[in-house]
Amino acid sequence: MRKAGSFDKAVSALRIERCYQCGKCSAGCPMGSVMDAPPHRIMQWVGRGAIDRAVNAESIWLCVSCQTCTARCPQTVDTAGIMDEVRALAWREGVCSPAMVRTKLFLEAFLDSVRRHGRLNETELIAKYKIRGFLSDYKMALLLKDSMLAPRLIKRGKFRLFGGKSGDRDVIKRIFDKCEKVAAAEANDKTPKEAHHG
Amino acid sequence: MNLLLGYYPGCALHGSSSDYESSIQACLQAFKIRLVELNGWVCCGASAAHSVNPLLSKSLSARNLAIAEREGYTELLAPCPLCSMELCKARHTILEDEEHRKQLSDIVELPLQGKTRVINVLQVFESIGQAELREHVKQPLTEVRAACYYGCLLTRPPKVVEFDDCEHPNSMEGILEALGASTVKWNFATECCGAGMTLAREETVIELSHRILANAVAHGANCIVVACPMCHVNLDMKQEETRKAHPELPQLPVYYLSDLVGLAVGLKESQLGVDKHFVPAELDLLSEPAETR
Repeated sequence: MRKAGSFDKAVSALRIERCYQCGKCSAGCPMGSVMDAPPHRIMQWVGRGAIDRAVNAESIWLCVSCQTCTARCPQTVDTAGIMDEVRALAWREGVCSPAMVRTKLFLEAFLDSVRRHGRLNETELIAKYKIRGFLSDYKMALLLKDSMLAPRLIKRGKFRLFGGKSGDRDVIKRIFDKCEKVAAAEANDKTPKEAHHG
Repeated sequence: MNLLLGYYPGCALHGSSSDYESSIQACLQAFKIRLVELNGWVCCGASAAHSVNPLLSKSLSARNLAIAEREGYTELLAPCPLCSMELCKARHTILEDEEHRKQLSDIVELPLQGKTRVINVLQVFESIGQAELREHVKQPLTEVRAACYYGCLLTRPPKVVEFDDCEHPNSMEGILEALGASTVKWNFATECCGAGMTLAREETVIELSHRILANAVAHGANCIVVACPMCHVNLDMKQEETRKAHPELPQLPVYYLSDLVGLAVGLKESQLGVDKHFVPAELDLLSEPAETR
């Protein structure tokens, strides 16, 4: 059974308790048809404290953050914001189903690059993502995918081997450290809460 | 107009979407709007940061807002709608939540008041105004029948970006019609193309993009107009892949809004970067029927 304190506070600020399960978020969701649990189901689980089920759903990694759900909610629930909070919790606890590992690896590679340079280096992102992806399942397809795109990008001046760097990289590292420290402290800040499953 | 705007390029415009940057710069220069790049800007963290650490996401954007404030910009142009939305979101928090503002200011190591307003490319053209746009036209876009594609974040979430109508936007139509183009009514103007999932979940992007392209064609459009680097990647660069999965789909040129404004005011395709698109997008092609393209 999960216990969570700061998570409850965060989703409450995003008005989870106002959700009355009308399903409008799922009706407009571009990914709803391929999700194991569409947004209104995630909202239901979060709302009644069954957070384990929400954290383990594949759909939190399929969400494209298009904000349609938040824009359309008749109860002004920030549905996409709550998806972020659930994903962040899953991230902190290292929960991710095997089918969704690539999405997680992509996000990791993205943030690594921003932490190091203050800006995204696309070449580094792609290299890291592909190598880590390959090491996770040893499938060649991902390594080779789009390899023919590189020369076409180069020809169009759309490929920069060395990405730009921000001048304030020490500050960026400190910003990352501080935010991760806050997240880690929140992960430990667990006050008892009754969870209902099923 | 003789205007100077703070400019936040974001990573995409300095990477694989460099054609969007050249398009905007060339186009706005024609209206005497000068862009000054924000000193020491940092990545907004994109979907990666808000997906795994919402505080990090707000902090990265807050750092950029603090720099813009320090440099004294009243307005900051962020042409990528994701960057723009993230910056707007951070600014909202700063203006509305004093406790959070202090926390963010501590984290980013700079004073933070939320003084600088964040704007998108459409807002720049709207401030130029239809009358002045019309005056500048050298080559009316009579052959253009555009499906104006707003995607997700130009208008969403409405309380954060406070721009146009999130279900039935029409600002892009107004701008294009002032240039002599016609626009089509269609169903997918604000549907998602799959955004940043291009690498991690390509099959998602292909299916979502296909629905958008097919609907534009079905409603008689001969091109799609976007104002987002990710929409452009998914609809233009990935169009060949999408057409492999859906061979009945004809080729459809995808323009940045600034491409078409630039062409209308007499700029060349090469000045704007239109020749860098994957799907051929020379204006002459639009007068040919889709099947022969």
